[in-house]
Amino acid sequence: MGRKLLLEHINVPGINTLEVYRQKGGYRAVEKALKMTSEEVVEEVKKSGLRGRGGAGFPTGMKWSFLAKPEGVARYLVCNADESEPGTFKDRYLMTYIPHALIEGMIVSSFALGAHVSYIYVRGEMMPQIRILERAIAEAKAAGFLGKNILGTGYDLELYVQPGGGAYICGEETALLESLEGKRGNPRIKPPFPAIAGLYGCPTVVNNVESIAAVVPIINDGGEEYAKIGIGRSTGTKLISASGNLVRPGVYEIELGLPVEEFIYSDEYCGGIPNGKRLKATVAGGSSVPVLPANLTLKLANGDPRLMSYESLSEGGFATGTMLGSGGFIAFDEDQCMVRNTWNFSRFYHHESCGQCSPCREGTGWMEKVLHRLEYGHGKMSDIDLLVDVSKKIEGNTICPLGDAAAWPVASAIRHFRDEFEWHVKEPVKSLDTNYGLANYAEPIVKAAITTEN
Amino acid sequence: MLKVEEQQSVEFSPSLIEKFDEIVLRYPPGKQKSGLLPILHEVQAALGWLSPAAMDKVAGYLDILSIEVYEVASFYSMYFLKPQGKYMLEVCRTGPCCLVGAEKLMDHIEQKLGVKEGEVTPDGLFSWRGVECLAACGYAPVLQIGPEYTFYENLNEEKVDKLIEDLRNK
Repeated sequence: MGRKLLLEHINVPGINTLEVYRQKGGYRAVEKALKMTSEEVVEEVKKSGLRGRGGAGFPTGMKWSFLAKPEGVARYLVCNADESEPGTFKDRYLMTYIPHALIEGMIVSSFALGAHVSYIYVRGEMMPQIRILERAIAEAKAAGFLGKNILGTGYDLELYVQPGGGAYICGEETALLESLEGKRGNPRIKPPFPAIAGLYGCPTVVNNVESIAAVVPIINDGGEEYAKIGIGRSTGTKLISASGNLVRPGVYEIELGLPVEEFIYSDEYCGGIPNGKRLKATVAGGSSVPVLPANLTLKLANGDPRLMSYESLSEGGFATGTMLGSGGFIAFDEDQCMVRNTWNFSRFYHHESCGQCSPCREGTGWMEKVLHRLEYGHGKMSDIDLLVDVSKKIEGNTICPLGDAAAWPVASAIRHFRDEFEWHVKEPVKSLDTNYGLANYAEPIVKAAITTEN
Repeated sequence: MLKVEEQQSVEFSPSLIEKFDEIVLRYPPGKQKSGLLPILHEVQAALGWLSPAAMDKVAGYLDILSIEVYEVASFYSMYFLKPQGKYMLEVCRTGPCCLVGAEKLMDHIEQKLGVKEGEVTPDGLFSWRGVECLAACGYAPVLQIGPEYTFYENLNEEKVDKLIEDLRNK
């Protein structure tokens, strides 16, 4: 049984209230941190090895240390709660059931960064979670953890919740800041990075909900203790959102380094694939990361078990690996059609492209159209390479990572499931009501390695 | 492109203006434009959609140009630029939800309500549309209904039928 740092008390009745949260040791990190210097708090987070939990995996402590501190200029901490990556729903879970974990993390993190006004930018569709957070903030304020002169230390902090308007792109930190300034969510050209010129042109740190909540156990137990959990440079615990064809989908807190096979099949986690079906493929870290066939999900190309960690999931690069990303783990059973799913994801990215950069604005639409005709029996064999070509022309040629995020699922689906795409062209009528099935995607690793070279 | 519906004059109630006043206090002086998204949510919750007249009024309140409001309202998918049914069923149509039957569910809703995506039922009660990932993939298929964005999870045809009946009799 893995250790739980964020969700340990998630099932305690009333844990969403300040009173019960306090009884379970809540707000100790605020009491402790406010007696430290802000530099010491940053140092603990650096020592913890915590990496950004929103998807990019950038070390949080390092991000904090980049924050410019010009005299007389306000600094901001903005929490990215715009959770929109398909397959990801961990932040919703955390905010719904244990909102004070985020509030407490926000107070400690704001103190570390010297911010006196901080915002939690929540996607607009999460209106119930916005109400929950507002209630939790009011409770924290009444108890003296927010507002003027917190716990008599002289530190002031106001915390506000900001709703988004329904735009995936606002999960990108500079688009989020634009949105928070009341504008369209068009990502900014970097540099300057938010650490230098962020919200209202002031130095700003943007962190994911889970990253900020993880600061609480790091301060309580010390960064070194946190770093003992996990494996290699993947320290600590990670919330994984499991969805798709699984017996028990849901949010799980795992110690990084858990074997993928154990996560999918053990009763402690997802409990396997329902209805006696077999696993065909997975998307391990939210829709933007490369899709992998079952065999490469469970094992590395050399046959060693694949682990749930930043390094192990990306082992083999894009040829045989993927990414941990946001931890949005989607499982596909043998009845799922990879062409249809790729088309579905492409439609998503086309819909969500902000339209600023031509390669993304146009390319995502082209990919959606070509995939649509492949799925609906009008595809040509040349369409498959056309898709690869378009995806390559988007990748790396846009202001923000949405372009890459749109390109990778298409490129990886063709890389690993080209035979299924070809079958859709060869059997246009049959492919409308029959699925290609499992083929050899679940066969031992040697066979799959050959397929990937095609 | 913003579709300009018939102009109509709108009045914001004193309680709505009070909410605006509270919202703009969250930002530093001079940065009241930051309140635009939350204020548009409040207007839509009160009036059901964002008419050009309502958006102009918001621009006046925030002391910004009308075009600054239009460009935001047309960018974000949650804002309605034309009237909707009293209950707008927004069904997630992205990958994970489709793995467990979201597409069938949308077909069922279309049949049950007798209107196509984006249309309003003759009694003005319902409309529906597919929306992109609602971050609830573990409880799929899901749908939400504004303005409070109440969530309905692990749906099937029977649950949707009951939901529609309950809303109709409300």
